[in-house]
Amino acid sequence: MFAISLAHYLTLAAALFAIGIAGIFINRKNAIVLLMSIELMLLAVNINFVAFSHFLQDSAGQIFVFFILTVAAAEAAIGLAILVVLFRSHRSINVSDLNELKK
Amino acid sequence: MSFVQVIFYLFAVMMLVAALRVITVRNPVHAALFLVLTFICTSVLWLMLEAEFLAIVLVLVYVGAVMVLFLFVVMLLNINIESLREGFVQYVPVGILIALALFVQMIIIVGPNHFGLQDSVLTIGPNYFAQKNFAYPAPAAAEYSNTEMLGRAIFTDYLYPFEIAAVILLVAIIAAISLALRKRTDTKRQNPAQQIQVRKQDRLRIVKMEAEE
Repeated sequence: MFAISLAHYLTLAAALFAIGIAGIFINRKNAIVLLMSIELMLLAVNINFVAFSHFLQDSAGQIFVFFILTVAAAEAAIGLAILVVLFRSHRSINVSDLNELKK
Repeated sequence: MSFVQVIFYLFAVMMLVAALRVITVRNPVHAALFLVLTFICTSVLWLMLEAEFLAIVLVLVYVGAVMVLFLFVVMLLNINIESLREGFVQYVPVGILIALALFVQMIIIVGPNHFGLQDSVLTIGPNYFAQKNFAYPAPAAAEYSNTEMLGRAIFTDYLYPFEIAAVILLVAIIAAISLALRKRTDTKRQNPAQQIQVRKQDRLRIVKMEAEE
């Protein structure tokens, strides 16, 4: 009846995580899409937690996802605030423009 | 193919396609909207895993708040997309290569060999996994409430982490506001505090003089 195994969910999360990694590599100029790729990777981890929580019948996994969501929301808010400040001072969000510390 | 499988594969494929579009689409606004679709498909999968509360929270908090914040910032900033796409084609092979390598490595570990419905064959590592059989658990009873279970756990066993999470959110609010707030000096703005502090002698000078004829 239920032919969906834990491996299905883990494989799906692994694919999502790999897409997030690829996104960081191919969008390395665009800071906003970089943040979105990080969100994708966090989502993949959360899928793993929820799947294990269900298949092991242990609620700790879901509670951990709850805290990860909290931290991810805080991270997104601060990251976007930094982007806004960055755009105000540089008129660009191109990551390759951020080389003041190298000079 | 059962109904459950149809739902799973439908939303899994939709989620992966949406995630791929997030990282390849040209316009950041479209990327944010595809990320919304990814989150919604994920929340359907979480509903199938009987994590109802988290599925709703994912839609409310992520789609409702975080992604709106993303869209807000993307539309607020006047971004030159062309300069951000430089090197996109150049990095695509590297990105695909690394993603594929990572995916294959992860599948070797978490694939059907170790986490399928049959008995686990993982012999290395903790015995916990070797003894577990990841069969599909029985569906929860009708009176079972996922929200109530999470609420009980959070407000008893996990009360301290819960309060730390609250403090983290407070810190995020203060950090975001203090980063984005700026005092503009080039506007002719009234300062009510200074206005109500004015006393009579600051503005009015009484000159005593002889009456003129």
